[in-house]
Amino acid sequence: MPKREDLKSILIIGSGPIRIGQACEFDYSGAQACRVLRREGYRVILVNSNPATIMTDPEWADATYLEPLDVETLAEIIAKERPDAVLPTLGGQTALNLAMELHASGDLDRLGTELIGANVEAIRKAEDRELFRDIVIAAGLHVPTSAIVDSLHGIPDDFPIPAIVRPAFTLGGFGGGIAYTRAELETIVAHGLEASPVKQVLVERFLGGWQEHELEVMSDCAGNCVIVCSIENLDPMGVHTGDSWTVAPQQSLPDYEYQRLREAAFTTARAVGVVTGGANVQFGYDPATRDIVVIEMNPRVSRSSALASKATGFPIAKLAALLAVGYTLEELPNDITGKTTAAFEPALDYVAVKAPRFDFAKFPKTTPRLGSEMRAVGESLGLGRTFPEAFLKALEGRESVPATWDLERRGEPIPERWDYLLEAARQGLDLPGIHEYFADELKSIAAAEHELALSGDIPAAKRFGLPDRRVAEVLHITTDEVRARRPIPGRLAVDSCAAEFEAKTPYFYLSYEAEDDFEGAAKERILVLGSGPNRIGQGIEFDYCCVHAVQAFRELGYEAIMLNSNPETVSTDYDTSDRLYLEPVTLERVLDVCAIEQPKGVVVQLGGQTPLALAHGLAERGIPLLGNPLGAIDLAEDRGKFGTLVEQLGLKVPAWGIADGFDEAKAIADRIGYPVLVRPSFVIGGRGMRICQNEAELAVAMPGTGATCLIDQFLQNAIELDVDILCDGENAWVAGILEHVEPAGVHSGDSACVIPGPSITEAVELRVREMATALTRGLDARGLFNLQLALKDGELWVIEANPRASRTVPFIAKATGIPIIDLACRLMLGEKLEALDLPERAKPTRAWAKEAVFPAERFPEAADRSPEMKSTGEVMAGGDTVVEAYARALRAAGRSRHGGKLGPTLQEIAAAQH
Amino acid sequence: MRNAHLVLEDGAVFTAVAVGAPGIAAGEACFTTSMAGYEESVTDPSYIAQVLVFSYPLIGNYAIDESRLEADTVQCEAVVMRRARPHFGKWLAEHGVVAIEEVDTRRLVRHIRDAGAPLRCALGEADVDTLLARALAEPPIDGRPLARHIGVDEPVFMGSGPRVALIDLGCKRSIPKRLAMAGVEVVVVPGDWSADAIMELKPSAVLVGNGPGDPAALTGAIATTRELLGRTPVFGICLGHQLLGLALGLETYKLPFGHRGANHPVKDIDRGRVLVTVQNHGYAVRAEGTDVRVTHVSLNDGTVEGIAGDGFASVQFHPEAAPGPLDALPFFDTIAERCRSAKI
Repeated sequence: MPKREDLKSILIIGSGPIRIGQACEFDYSGAQACRVLRREGYRVILVNSNPATIMTDPEWADATYLEPLDVETLAEIIAKERPDAVLPTLGGQTALNLAMELHASGDLDRLGTELIGANVEAIRKAEDRELFRDIVIAAGLHVPTSAIVDSLHGIPDDFPIPAIVRPAFTLGGFGGGIAYTRAELETIVAHGLEASPVKQVLVERFLGGWQEHELEVMSDCAGNCVIVCSIENLDPMGVHTGDSWTVAPQQSLPDYEYQRLREAAFTTARAVGVVTGGANVQFGYDPATRDIVVIEMNPRVSRSSALASKATGFPIAKLAALLAVGYTLEELPNDITGKTTAAFEPALDYVAVKAPRFDFAKFPKTTPRLGSEMRAVGESLGLGRTFPEAFLKALEGRESVPATWDLERRGEPIPERWDYLLEAARQGLDLPGIHEYFADELKSIAAAEHELALSGDIPAAKRFGLPDRRVAEVLHITTDEVRARRPIPGRLAVDSCAAEFEAKTPYFYLSYEAEDDFEGAAKERILVLGSGPNRIGQGIEFDYCCVHAVQAFRELGYEAIMLNSNPETVSTDYDTSDRLYLEPVTLERVLDVCAIEQPKGVVVQLGGQTPLALAHGLAERGIPLLGNPLGAIDLAEDRGKFGTLVEQLGLKVPAWGIADGFDEAKAIADRIGYPVLVRPSFVIGGRGMRICQNEAELAVAMPGTGATCLIDQFLQNAIELDVDILCDGENAWVAGILEHVEPAGVHSGDSACVIPGPSITEAVELRVREMATALTRGLDARGLFNLQLALKDGELWVIEANPRASRTVPFIAKATGIPIIDLACRLMLGEKLEALDLPERAKPTRAWAKEAVFPAERFPEAADRSPEMKSTGEVMAGGDTVVEAYARALRAAGRSRHGGKLGPTLQEIAAAQH
Repeated sequence: MRNAHLVLEDGAVFTAVAVGAPGIAAGEACFTTSMAGYEESVTDPSYIAQVLVFSYPLIGNYAIDESRLEADTVQCEAVVMRRARPHFGKWLAEHGVVAIEEVDTRRLVRHIRDAGAPLRCALGEADVDTLLARALAEPPIDGRPLARHIGVDEPVFMGSGPRVALIDLGCKRSIPKRLAMAGVEVVVVPGDWSADAIMELKPSAVLVGNGPGDPAALTGAIATTRELLGRTPVFGICLGHQLLGLALGLETYKLPFGHRGANHPVKDIDRGRVLVTVQNHGYAVRAEGTDVRVTHVSLNDGTVEGIAGDGFASVQFHPEAAPGPLDALPFFDTIAERCRSAKI
C-alpha cells in the first residue's frame, strides 16, 4: 500500500527531558521520524521541551515548539496547527501517555485529529495490566500468577512471596519493586499505587531463576510482522531490562525454543492490536520446564528498539514512522543492502552486548541494589565477533570501575555483578545465579588470559577479544608494547545480512578479521569522538555537539567520521556521519580508527570529559588534535597554572589551595576563611563536591590522604554566570551569558538559568567580553570554551574555564539561533573569527529559561541542589519576559500546570530575525 | 591445537583449527545465515556434497537435542565455524565429520558471495597443496546425480487421516512430522518408486520432498512427477518444487551462491503477505514467459519461490522450518485441506 495521501501534516510528540528510563534514544527515534516524514512530503510539527535534542533544531521540522509537554499545551498546539494526525509512538512513555490524555480530554475528537502508529484501544490493552493479562491469556499464552491491586486491602492473603510489583502506566518500572516478605510487599504496593497515574499496580509471582528475553516486533497495516532482533538478558529475571546486561541476538535458546517465543510475540502483538510500527514483547523463560510467560509489551518504539537498531543496523524508528503513514514493509527498502526490502529479519555475524551504566555514587543514601525499578543512567554497546570481544568492549565502554571488590556478593543483583563474576571466573570461583552459557563464556575469558600468560601470543589474545589494557596487565608490559606487537583490526560492516549482500551503509565495528572491501575515501577526514554512555553530568548535550560537528565538517567538504559506544544516540545513527564506528571511546579504539582512517584531525572537545581525557594520549602518539586544545586543557585542569594565568591577566579568582588530607585542608580554610568549597581534582559533574561552613563539615567532606582536593573560597550569595565563547586563539566572541537562578554553590548543571540575565548590565557584559578575550589569548584557545563566573558586589570572579563544549551549548544555540558548534568547527580548522561574519554581539531571540529535572522519584536525595550535579535532564521554555520564561520552564519541568503562554515556533522566530 | 586449512578451488586459503573428525573433507562451499539450529542444519540431507559454513560466529551454544535431528546422522560433508563450543566439535567428531573453527567466516562468506559461481573446497589437517588438489578433484554438483544412497528403503507410515505419499529423495524428518500434524496419514516412499507403485497406495495427494543435488539430473524423479500430474494433486517442497517445475516443462538453473538461511522474505502473491521463510537451495525454477502461475517470489532477488496450477502447488522454501521461523507452516494445511476436498 502506498503512503496515505489524505494526511498532510503530522504532529510528533517528543519525550521531554532526559530521565532515567527515557533518555536520548527518543531523540534518535524522533529525529529519524522527522527526517523521513518530511522527505515524504508531510508537514511535520514537533513539540518537545528538551533543548539538548537534535530533533528540536529548527531544520528538523516545519514547526518546532519548545513547549511544556502537558495536555493543555498540546491541545493549544493542535488547535493552532490543526495537524491531520498525531504520531505518539516515538516519544517514549511520555508521548504515549499524552496521547491517551488527549483522547480522554476529548481534544483529539474535538479538533479532528487522528492518532497514527498506535490506536487508543491498543495502547490501553498494552498498558492496562489487567486488560493485558486477560488478552494474553485469551490468546492462549501464559502470564505469571498475578493480582491487580488498587488498594492495600486488595492484595490477596495467600499471594506467593517473593512477589514483584509493577505499577500501571509508569516509566522504567518506576514505583515498583520486588518484595521478599509480606511487609515489604505492602510497602512497595503503597509506593506503587502512589506512582501510578491510574492508582493501579500488578502484583506478580516473582520468577526467580528464570531467563528474560525481549523481542522487537515490526508490523505493518497489511498484517505483516517481523522480528528485528532478539535480546537476551544476561541477568536472570528480577533486574529491570534497562539495568540488565543484555546480548543480541539471543544466545542460549535452541532454535525451536526461540521460534516459540517468536510466535508468542506475534500472537501478543496481534492480540493487543498493534497496527503499525515497532513494539517489544518481554518474556520469561524457565529452562527447566520450558515454560514461557509474557511479562509485558510496549506498543511503541522503546529503549530496546534503539538498542536493537544499533545492534542490527535495522532502523526501527525510521521504518515505524513510514509504516504509520501507510507503507508496508515490503515497499520500504533495506538501506543497508540497497537491493532488498525492509520485510526481513536481520541475520547477524557478530554479537552485540550492552552494559548498563550506573551513578549510584551520587546518591549515597540509596542502596545500590537492582530490582524491577530502573536505575541505570546510560549504556554502552560492544560489538564483536565473539561473545568475549563484545562483552569486554561493553565493559570497557562503560567507563566505570567498581569502587570496592566484594566477590562474595557476585550472586546478587548489584551494579557490580558482572565485574565480580568476571573476576570470580579468573579466580576459579563458582559463578552463581547466571545461565551456564554466560558462565562458560566468562570462564573462557579467564582461560584466554591464562593462555596468553603462558604463550605470550598477543595476536591470538586480540582475536579472542581481550582489550590491550588487559593484555598489558597479563603480560606486565605497556599498552604501547601490546600495540606494537599486534596487527591493526579490520573494519567490519554492520550489514543486517551477515555479508550475504554487499553493505551500502557506512556503519562499522572493529575486529581482528580481514577487512571488508571498501572504496578508498576521496576526501580528507575528520574524526569526532563521542561521549560514551550517558551519565549524570555528561549526557545528550554532548551528543548534540558531536552531531552538529559531524554535519558542519561534512558541509565544509570533509568526510566526518564518528566514534561512540552509546547506542541511544543520534551520533550512532548511521545516517549521521560519513562513517560510524561503534566502539568504546578509549585510547586503544581511537588509535585503531586513526590507523585505518588517517584523519586530518581528531575532535576531542565536543564529547565532554571522556574524549578530552584522551587528548594527551592521542597527541603523544602523534595524532593531530583539531583546535590545539592541549595547552588549554592543562591550564584549565591544573589549578596552579590556571590561577597564575588568571592573576597575570588581572582577573579575580576566589582564594584557593590544594590539600592532601584534612590537616592541609584546615590550614587552607583557616587562611582563606569559611565557607569553603571542597572538590576532588579531575571530576565531572561535581562528583564529591561539598560546601563546608566550618571545620566540622570540612572534616566530613575531606577524603583521607592520598587524594588531593581543591579548597576554594566560597562566594556566598554570588550570582553565577555560564558563558559560552567562540575563540580563535586571539579573539573571543561571547555566544551567550546565562544567569543562574540559584545562587552560586549549586552545580551549574542543576541550576535553573535565564537569558538575557537580569543582572547582566551593559557594563557586566562588556567586562565578560574582555575577560573572554583575555582568557582566549592566555589559553590560546581555538574553537570554543566555557567560562563559569561569579558576580558579587559588581565584581566578576572566574570560577572555572572548560576548554570544551559545555552542557549549555545547545540551550544557547537555541536561545540565540546561532549555530555555535558549526562555527566552532570552522575555528578549530584554523579560520579566524572575523571570517565567520558574526554580529557585533549575540542576542537571545526572546527571553528563555532552562530548568533541571532530577531523578528524585528514584533517589530520594536527588532533589537537594548542591555543588554535586544530580539532575538527569533539562527543559527549556520561552516568554516575553525572563519571569514568564522561567514560570513556563517550571511548568515544562512538571512542577506546575500553569505558567507562560504558547510561544512562536523556532521557525517563526528565525523568520522574524531576518 | 590441531592446525588445519580450508582451501577453495580458486586458491583462496583460510587458516583454521580442526575440532571434528580427523582427515580431509571436500565439497561445494556454501553458507547459511541462520543464527541457531545447528543440529537441524548439519543433518539436513540437502547439504550432501556440500561443506556448510555458519556465518554466525558462535556455534554450539546450547546442547544438542537428538530428537531434533533431520536425519540419522550428519549429512553435510564438513562444518566450518568461527568459534565452536567444545561439545559441538566433539559431537561432530563422533559422527565422523570433519569440522574446523577459528576461520574468518565473514571473509569466507564474502568470498563465496562474490565468486559468481559455486566453489568447491577441501579442508582438514593437511597442507594447502594437498587440499587444493582435493578440492579440484571434487566433481561439481551441477549435472550429476548424487551417488550416496539416501532416503527410506521401505514405506514408512505416520499419522492418520487422508493419505499423502511423500517421495523421499533425501527428505528432512520435519516434513512428514509437520505434514502428519496437519491431520493426514503420511506414507514416506523411497525416491525410486514409480508413479504406478505410488498410486497403488491410493494417496489423496503426493508431496515431493527436499533433497540434495542438481534437480535436472534426477531424470527418473522428474518422469515420476510428470506421470503423477493429473492423477493426483502433486505438491513439492524445495527439490520437490524444482522437480515439479521440470516435470511441467520449466527449466532450473544454478544460483550464484544459493539461498541458505532463516530470514528470507517471500511474497505470497495470493494473500498479499510477506512470509519470513527458511531456505536451503542452490537451484531455482525459471517461470518467466511460461503459463505456469507464480504464487511466491523472493523479495531479496525476485526469484521464483512458489508455483501453482490445476492439481499442483509447490514452494521453494521450507515450510517445516527446522531451523527457523514457522510463517509458512500453513502450507501443510493447504495439502491437508486439498486431501479432504478430495478432488484433483
